[in-house]
Amino acid sequence: MLTFTLRRLLTAIPTLLLISLVIFLLVDLAPGSPLSDVPLTVPPDVRQKMLEAMGADQPVMVRYFLWLKQFFWIEPLYGIDALLGTDFAQGAQRIISWQSKVPVFQIIGERLPQTLTVVGTAYLIGVLIALPIGIYSAYRQYSWFDQAGTFFAMAGFSVPTFFTGNLLILIFAVNLGWFPTIYDTNLEVVDWASFTKMLAQMALPVTVLALFNAAEISRYTRSSVLENLGQDYVRTARAKGMGEQKVVLKHVLRNSLIPVVTVVALGLPTVFGGAIVTEQIFKINGIGAALIGAINVSDLPTVQTVTFIFAVLIVMFNLIADILYGILDPRIRYD
Amino acid sequence: MTETAVQIEKVRGPWGDVWAQFRKHKGAMTALFLLGGLAVFCLIGPLVWRIDPNFIESDTVKMFKMRNQGPSLAHPLGTDQLGRDMLARMMFGGRISLAVGTVAMLVAIFIGTTVGVMAGFFRRIDGLLMRLTDLFLALPLLPLLLVMIFLFRDTVAGILGPRLGTFLLIVMAIGLTSWMQAARVVRGEVLALKEREFVLAARSIGTPSRRIITRHILPNVLSPVLVAATLGIAAAIITESVLSFLGLGFPPDFPTWGRLLYDGIAEIRTYPERVIWPGLAISLTVLSVNYIGDGLRDALDPRIRGR
Amino acid sequence: MKFRTALLGAAAAFVLAPAAHAERGADGEVKIFYYQAVSTLNAYLSSGTKDVEAGSLVLEPLAGFDQDGQLFPRLAQDIPTVENGGVAADLTSITWKLKEGLVWSDGTPVTSADVKFTYEYCTAPDGGCAQGAKYEGIASIETPDDLTVIVKFEGPKPYPYQPFTGGTAPILQKAQFEACLGAAAQSCVEQNSKPIGTGPFIVTDFKVNDVVTLEVNPNYRDAAKPAFGKVTIKGGGDALAAASAVMETGEFDYAWNTQINPDQQKQMEAGGKGTFVNAFGTLVERIEINMTDPSPALPEGERSTVKHPHPIFSDPNVRKALSMAIDRQALVDIGYGGAGRPTCNLVPAPAYQASDNTGCLTQDVEGAKALLAEAGWTDTDGDGILDKDGKKFSILYQTSVNAVRQDFQALIKGWWNAIGIEVELKSIDASVFFGGDAASPDTFQKFYADVEMYANNFDGTDAEPYMSQYLCDKIPGPENQWQGENINRFCDPAYDALVKELSTTSGIEARGELVKKLNDMLTKDSNVVIPLVDRGRFSAKSNTLDGFVMNSWDTELWNVQDWTRAK
Repeated sequence: MLTFTLRRLLTAIPTLLLISLVIFLLVDLAPGSPLSDVPLTVPPDVRQKMLEAMGADQPVMVRYFLWLKQFFWIEPLYGIDALLGTDFAQGAQRIISWQSKVPVFQIIGERLPQTLTVVGTAYLIGVLIALPIGIYSAYRQYSWFDQAGTFFAMAGFSVPTFFTGNLLILIFAVNLGWFPTIYDTNLEVVDWASFTKMLAQMALPVTVLALFNAAEISRYTRSSVLENLGQDYVRTARAKGMGEQKVVLKHVLRNSLIPVVTVVALGLPTVFGGAIVTEQIFKINGIGAALIGAINVSDLPTVQTVTFIFAVLIVMFNLIADILYGILDPRIRYD
Repeated sequence: MTETAVQIEKVRGPWGDVWAQFRKHKGAMTALFLLGGLAVFCLIGPLVWRIDPNFIESDTVKMFKMRNQGPSLAHPLGTDQLGRDMLARMMFGGRISLAVGTVAMLVAIFIGTTVGVMAGFFRRIDGLLMRLTDLFLALPLLPLLLVMIFLFRDTVAGILGPRLGTFLLIVMAIGLTSWMQAARVVRGEVLALKEREFVLAARSIGTPSRRIITRHILPNVLSPVLVAATLGIAAAIITESVLSFLGLGFPPDFPTWGRLLYDGIAEIRTYPERVIWPGLAISLTVLSVNYIGDGLRDALDPRIRGR
Repeated sequence: MKFRTALLGAAAAFVLAPAAHAERGADGEVKIFYYQAVSTLNAYLSSGTKDVEAGSLVLEPLAGFDQDGQLFPRLAQDIPTVENGGVAADLTSITWKLKEGLVWSDGTPVTSADVKFTYEYCTAPDGGCAQGAKYEGIASIETPDDLTVIVKFEGPKPYPYQPFTGGTAPILQKAQFEACLGAAAQSCVEQNSKPIGTGPFIVTDFKVNDVVTLEVNPNYRDAAKPAFGKVTIKGGGDALAAASAVMETGEFDYAWNTQINPDQQKQMEAGGKGTFVNAFGTLVERIEINMTDPSPALPEGERSTVKHPHPIFSDPNVRKALSMAIDRQALVDIGYGGAGRPTCNLVPAPAYQASDNTGCLTQDVEGAKALLAEAGWTDTDGDGILDKDGKKFSILYQTSVNAVRQDFQALIKGWWNAIGIEVELKSIDASVFFGGDAASPDTFQKFYADVEMYANNFDGTDAEPYMSQYLCDKIPGPENQWQGENINRFCDPAYDALVKELSTTSGIEARGELVKKLNDMLTKDSNVVIPLVDRGRFSAKSNTLDGFVMNSWDTELWNVQDWTRAK
């Protein structure tokens, strides 16, 4: 197990380096200029100077290696300094957003809380809804509950969130006025009043996202439980007179949740990455909104850094899912 | 006992058996009819409803009278802010959306199956191909799409014209970024198949690899591929509409359901139906396709079949 | 009993007291929405108008523009003119006097050294200052004493008010920004997001591209102002969400640039929670006609260059016909509503330099057809498309991706089709179209199309830099990496001579007359520019906000210190 983990970690390094290069080249080749938002009243020679000041006129490989150095060496130094109060970084140049001239990691730090709150809550609620529905649907396959559950799940991932989201805003926020239309990122939960405010502004996006997540996970749970119900060990357990409840809850559930756990782990990077579309609709200034905003103004350092962190998370959670699988299912041996 | 079962199957033919099982899935059958209806609406509809979806009255006075109309006999779904017929636009948009879904799925399945079979069958390139799959899984779709359009638009548009050019680009981009799941599934199947007796037998009599793949492996991975393909159509339609929603999809004079929905959102307070029609169309299509995929999976899985 | 009545009366009087006597900070919080979120508060590093406007709550220039486009003193004692001796008779220098006793929000005095430093900051090499154009042509800045700033120009400047005026050229504090000269400017994070200023508010918290929180500047020069104690500037979303947050849900007091379609404008105004406010400046949506041949058949590097004149548009009557076929009022009614009005001018304001040209306002389809027939364009093969000498009248019409622009394209295509012109439409992502990347074929400067549509304006009220964009030597081409500003490649020695005359003429009236002439040469005389819509600023204001005055010449938050809560 340990050697497997180590080996995977070691192979992850070249993979990630390659990914970072591919992303960098992709983002760099993309059309658009960081100055497209600057009013046309700014004359061309001034624009050229602005580009030079950003460093955007350097050759692409020079910028790539500078970015690598900043990402893997300077930014961690700043991180250590912030934690321990030391001064290893000594004012070295950080990764600076072209649009706002602020370190990209500061932006990520500002954006992470709302993304984690909204998308994370939605994910948690989604899982909590999905498990019972999936299990019971499988246990009573083709019953009316299963049919309804299936329909709910199908509808959940078939109806686009930008459709439901906009309808929900129109009905509940604009017409009925129950919820705010703009997410307040400055709101801190200190008392009951601010807590209800928080709940109100989270309600719509969490509903939309949780439905979507629940739909997917409940399908996985259902098929996994179904598969186990047909196994010989279940027949054996029943044959030896074990109570139905015990068979399902203890034996079947334990075995069928193994793949579900890995699916849940694989989905976790999206929590950090933020749901781009949902954040867009509900005006939540989270990481997803930051990424889309940066793409729109060709803010390459931000796009590059955020997408790369996203890639790191995907690779990491893939590894975690594999390891979890190995721990939970003793039949799997990684040697 | 197994021999008799095989006997019966042969009499009915494997596909007849699948169809019999599929017909038992009520949801999938309803979905099949619904999808059929939608397809007829988009494909045959324009032959009956002969209004140009991009027609704008050039006489300003007349045009102003035709703007933002509610449902009527002349325009069953009303008209938009420039007096264009919404029914015609929905039909035209549906054609594009369905075409995007189908073609993008074909691209994704082709790449996915090729990579999956190669990785599963040839051990030497397995590691390389799977790392490639991981790499693609970690790539962001949006910048990739922008880059592809930037790099190839002029050449493609020069050869095929701007509309077909954009269509091909979007389809290729969606295909290129969604083949990974199919590749993983196929690889898993191939790994298992490779150790089965009939493949070993074929190999032992000296059948070349290419023949083993086309004769023995491919027919046996057909069912997971079929299921992946159905689900792929649904995913591609959603992706196209998300791209349109983010303003990165087709040009505005080239309506797709996603684009119509995006345009409708600007009018959602005054004319909510302009969001509801395309939204419903996308949802129903994707829902039916997903149901059909579910039915197919049940029908194709011999372990579930007959229970 | 009597005592109680008296008390009540006093209380009533207190409540009814006019807003002008309001105490500083008494009106609580005002919530502002900028759908394009604020990225930085330093106007010199800004990437757009929103940064300049948010920064103007904190940083101030020597003088600003009021709602009529008139300069008024902010940090200066008065506006220098030739009459009061502030501007040298030979127009080569201007002398500004700072108000006495001015202090920064940290309590230190504002001196002429800060003003001079601001000039050095923006002109330092590698600084990437976005407002560099404001400080061009300055020979030196002298500071004989703490309150006097003398700006010496390299030659006579008939309009000497470019530097240090308007929201785009505010004064920075030397002590705070001293370490941020040149290349260091980009990494001065703390300074750029929390500048020390003289304005009515100071920044307490800044979340990039999200929300700015400000509170009253305790050292603001007017002890009774501002009435609001706290300002929140929230960003994100789109114009529709912005308008809705003020007009429908009432979550915000004021939303910037709420340009939504006219139907929704009407519906939201009927809601009664707020009103839309507009003011017209110099922003004109126009169609530029390519005077050079954009044909893809030409070798790269010769497309859309002066080497090849346009095969169709070289005839002025053809260009005129294109303009005549357009119904500008219809465009306004469909696309802009209260946010626009039809125009035939490139310079629609201020009044002293706006031409009275209104000839294009009525659509004349028949006239356009006749004009084309006269020019030799007829439909000989009966396919509905005009032709001449075997060449079809077929054009490519490009613009940026934007809902209103695509509607305009569709409408104008319809009108041009009606006079027998075949039109192909193309829409390009705004970040590419306006990006100016010399490698991209799709920038508006490269102009690989026959006609293109966009909007442009000029900073402040003086149109001279704007008119000079159409000089012959500003034509974009491969030799200047396509960076010229003369987008339609218009070239007329008479025009160049007139611009030269403008650069040496002083006096508002005389300059105004010259600008009118230049404007007419580009529009009604030659039709190389087809103005469509005069686009105003258009924002939403809650009914509970008083004292707001819309301004199209400076930042919309120019008088935020006078805002109050309606009682």
